[in-house]
Amino acid sequence: MSTTVKKEHKSARPERGGQATLVEAIRQGIWEEMERDPTVFVIGEDVGVYGGAFKVTDGLIDQFGQERVIDTPISEAAIVGAACGAALMGMRPVAEFQFIDFISAGFDLLTNYAAKCRYRWGAGLPAVFRGPCGSGVRSGPFHSLNAESFFLNTAGLKIVEPATAYDAKGLIKAAIRDPDPVLFFEHKKLYRLPRLREELPADDYIVEIGKARVARSGRDLTIITFGAMVLTALDAAEELEREGLDIEVVDLRTLAPLDKATILASVKKTNKAIVLHEASRTGGIGGEIAATLAEEAFEWLDAPLIRVASLDTPVPYSPPLEDYYLPQTKDVVHAARKLAAY
Amino acid sequence: MVCLTFEMRINTKFGPRKTENGEPLTCTSETTLKPEQLLELYRYLKLTRLVEERLVNLYRQTKVVGGVFRSLGQEATAVGTAYALQPEDFITPLIRDLGAVLVKGIRPRDIFAQYMAKAWGPSGGRDLNIHFGDMEKGFIGPISHLGDMIPVMTGILLGGRLRQKKFVGVAYIGDGGMSTGAFHEGLNFAAVQKLPLIVVAEHNQYAYSTPTSLQTAVTDLAEKAAGYGIPAHIVDGNDVIACYEVMKSAADYARGGGGAVLIEAKTYRRKGHAEHDDQRYVAAGEIEWWEKNNDPVDRFEKYLLESGVTQQQLDAITADVVREIDEETTWAESSPMPEPEQAAYNVFDNTIVPPAFRPKVLE
Repeated sequence: MSTTVKKEHKSARPERGGQATLVEAIRQGIWEEMERDPTVFVIGEDVGVYGGAFKVTDGLIDQFGQERVIDTPISEAAIVGAACGAALMGMRPVAEFQFIDFISAGFDLLTNYAAKCRYRWGAGLPAVFRGPCGSGVRSGPFHSLNAESFFLNTAGLKIVEPATAYDAKGLIKAAIRDPDPVLFFEHKKLYRLPRLREELPADDYIVEIGKARVARSGRDLTIITFGAMVLTALDAAEELEREGLDIEVVDLRTLAPLDKATILASVKKTNKAIVLHEASRTGGIGGEIAATLAEEAFEWLDAPLIRVASLDTPVPYSPPLEDYYLPQTKDVVHAARKLAAY
Repeated sequence: MVCLTFEMRINTKFGPRKTENGEPLTCTSETTLKPEQLLELYRYLKLTRLVEERLVNLYRQTKVVGGVFRSLGQEATAVGTAYALQPEDFITPLIRDLGAVLVKGIRPRDIFAQYMAKAWGPSGGRDLNIHFGDMEKGFIGPISHLGDMIPVMTGILLGGRLRQKKFVGVAYIGDGGMSTGAFHEGLNFAAVQKLPLIVVAEHNQYAYSTPTSLQTAVTDLAEKAAGYGIPAHIVDGNDVIACYEVMKSAADYARGGGGAVLIEAKTYRRKGHAEHDDQRYVAAGEIEWWEKNNDPVDRFEKYLLESGVTQQQLDAITADVVREIDEETTWAESSPMPEPEQAAYNVFDNTIVPPAFRPKVLE
């Protein structure tokens, strides 16, 4: 390759553990996996010298070289296809979409090639497809997507979205070690949120894919959510606590395959449920969870389920429009009060 | 005045040539192939044609579950190009490249079992025809979405480079598939990375019913190589020796670090898209002309007979091919159909995620 690395400074190797934001946690996770396993490599647009649009891959090229940190043309189909091919050769690619909105340009290869390879001829593809998702950051219709619903109806893709720095590191490491393709969605609003800065263990750890977590334990009502909306749910729960309501918050962490056991156990305990998500309401994961509860926990429900989700519109740009589009803490509080009074 | 010039790096040495005085076409005599290799090449050519004929028989007996796709009249491209490869090299063929699949060592029994949706087929009845793969043999089966295998093969080569393995990758595409975005993205990326990707563009003049004139504004598909900064060859796709030689040259170039290459093979699809297609879009007499004047098997037979091979030798090879196909068909027909609940397995690694059985409420 003819490109030469021109760089004023070298970005530091991340700490192993220590205080970390969500973005730093993911960077640590990828870095450690690349150190641990020579088959892990990074591929995407501007992931090399520039370190990625959000600096998730910052410094990797200094440490691991341009053979393992590959800048691509603006070609999402090529990125996905190349990751698939390399995975067939026994590599473990970590492919970046600069914004998850651009996953649409790689949709065909993800849903038809990556998702179906093991099923069709037994060739598991250990590849991670990651990128920044989510709205609430005033980025408009093309830099704010929550893409999970595009893929939930495709068998063969695991879908992960962390809500804490600890989970982000543990899940990215688990995704890289997974024998099947994993879509790893990172909410860009959480990347550098001081509130999510936490002390990470110095020792190697993973967070198992397919397991939800109870982010807050409560008796009266369950809010099932994930990603940035976990914080909205926790904020609502705190407000409702002052009114004497004891709210449980389930953070899904993995959206496919869905951890039905944790969802059902929580709702069977509290008997009331809100499903909260950032993607549009129609066709969103909330419908799937609602159907699961109707099919498998009907006798335990003391009230109708409420979905709190975004409008059925594209994500608008202007702050008043986007705030109207997105579920707010007050919406969750309102829904919870209604449900509590049912 | 601005003068725009660029060097068209298209090698036409192996391209189609007219014969003098309407002499029947044969094959190029400029070859490094040894006599026993020429006979092996003939065996693969006949095997390809006769496996497809057997598939048509099975189809008419309603033993084939889906459609049957023929490469009749263009077999030389797949057979000749694949024959020039090393065992460690990879191919990703399209549906009309059965010949390349057979040359790569996939047995006819696997093809028959796949078409008949049998349990013993390599995909266990989950997918059709040549939609499977064999990493040991360097065979990555295609999916139906044309163009997608170009970026996948680019990834195979990228993975190979990262693993310090030396091999070339051949991706077959057609005049239709070259119109896709994935083709462009994959070849562009391979060219940028100087990966040893060889794209064989089979210009068989129809994509389903659509003629090349409605597919692209270039006359020669090889012209497209200039847009990627890579060299191209035009080869007579019905001359099996020329196809071998052009691939040998392209593979040497790619293996030597030159990067990607495009080969355009001029040929003709004599059958429809699949067996059901009545080819109403083809001009009268066109198919018959190609059958009479430019059949790749006839041409190679003429070449071999003129170079001293006897008709008896050729007949013996054909008899051996028929015997093999009979045995392979018997094996495939004896396979059971898959157990229904096998449908639930292998979406994910089932040691981690359980099979996707029907919900209990429906049992």
